[in-house]
Amino acid sequence: MPEPDPHDNAYAGLLVDDVHWAFGGGFDDPLAGVDATVPEGVEAADLARYCLMLGDDALIAAQRLAEWCSRAPDLEEDVALANIALDLLGQARLLLARAAAADAAVVPELPDDSPVPAEDRLAFFREAGDFRNVRLVEVPNGDFADAVCRLLLLATWRLALFERLRASRDAVLAAVAAKGSRELAYHRDFAGRWFVVLARGTDESRRRLLAALDALLPLWPELFRAHPVELAVAAAGAGVDPAAVAGEAEMVLDEVFGAAGVERPEPRQLGASQARAGRDGLHTEALSRLLAEMQVVARAHPEGRW
Amino acid sequence: MTERVRRHPPDSAAAVERARAVAESVVDPELPMLTLADLGVLRDVSIADDATVVVTIAPTYTGCPATAAMRDDVRYRLQGAGFDRVEVRISLDPAWSTDWITPAGRRALAAAGISPPGPAPGRDEPVPLRLGPPTRTVRCPRCGAGTTELVSEFAATPCTALYRCSSCAEPFHHVKEL
Repeated sequence: MPEPDPHDNAYAGLLVDDVHWAFGGGFDDPLAGVDATVPEGVEAADLARYCLMLGDDALIAAQRLAEWCSRAPDLEEDVALANIALDLLGQARLLLARAAAADAAVVPELPDDSPVPAEDRLAFFREAGDFRNVRLVEVPNGDFADAVCRLLLLATWRLALFERLRASRDAVLAAVAAKGSRELAYHRDFAGRWFVVLARGTDESRRRLLAALDALLPLWPELFRAHPVELAVAAAGAGVDPAAVAGEAEMVLDEVFGAAGVERPEPRQLGASQARAGRDGLHTEALSRLLAEMQVVARAHPEGRW
Repeated sequence: MTERVRRHPPDSAAAVERARAVAESVVDPELPMLTLADLGVLRDVSIADDATVVVTIAPTYTGCPATAAMRDDVRYRLQGAGFDRVEVRISLDPAWSTDWITPAGRRALAAAGISPPGPAPGRDEPVPLRLGPPTRTVRCPRCGAGTTELVSEFAATPCTALYRCSSCAEPFHHVKEL
């Protein structure tokens, strides 16, 4: 008798384990079997907080991109934004799981019998002030020009970071960066092409693109402002000082702006409280609203099983 | 059905080979014409002293939900084949690349109307910005014509781009180089 095809029955695969938490997959721990030893000379607490920073950037960006589902200008772009969201969500899962494996103290506490895996506790059970993402990824979506601009800025910066992070002394971070940088290259090219198309399209598309730049460029300098944790992990050879990739990221932006025939606007200075920003847990109120939607079901059923 | 209940001593090379054959034959849920062997994601199969079959796989796209399904399927199929204890481990390094898709896998893709990937991009630093259309050459997997146009770099799955043939006008998927 031939083996039954597990895809014939949507529930068959679920019977392998006894229980699953309703909103996550302890059964598919993204780091199952991966050696998560913290390399010598790297502070575990710093490494965990560094992974939260990079993981939160990806998680919040993925959530904003997912909000585009069914709302993009056409089906192809809808699918593209969802695919990019999925890539970033995958990076977020690995990075949050790596943070938890490096230092369990970063993971929110839940009752002992809670089935919620660590990466999900980090995503769904932290308050806005505990998130360490840069503010660029949290501001509301706006129109398609805003989406293109934000993705261009995010992917340009993150790809430059990940290219260097491939040499991290932390094997998990190095592997995440090696895979992630190839994904990010697709994201950056996608955003760069649309940037040129919108800039060279109609008067209206160009007007919207310039308005998007005006709104988002003030958030660009924050990406290169190093937090003490980033500096400490970089000094230990496991992370990257974001200031070190500024030149490369600026060159890429200039190339896109040149192709688009857009003068780089002088960005407005955005207020930061005593130079504290997203990396310090200081966010815009938009993050609270985003989290309220993203976390509400998980928080309502912290012990939900299926 | 005795096959189902037979138990193997952990040191049996035949048992390892049988476990490997089962794991290799599991298919990608999104691209079911490809087995894990075709896809090149199966890194290792071994049997530990306590008779646990340890299967190591490399994830494809970081966020691809198919990876989780493959892991469940590997365990389900091995348990169905009489291996009670199964552990699926992840290997992140070296990162999976479409270069690992076997020649047989490429033929299976083409036979199913999906254009197989070209060589993966090199590791240039910094990664060159590509503002023009992708430079890859894609032939129509249905009619073989070399004149095709890109519809979108992001298609129904994370690993594919959407193309259209300028000759037969059929749309088709191309597995993106990664």
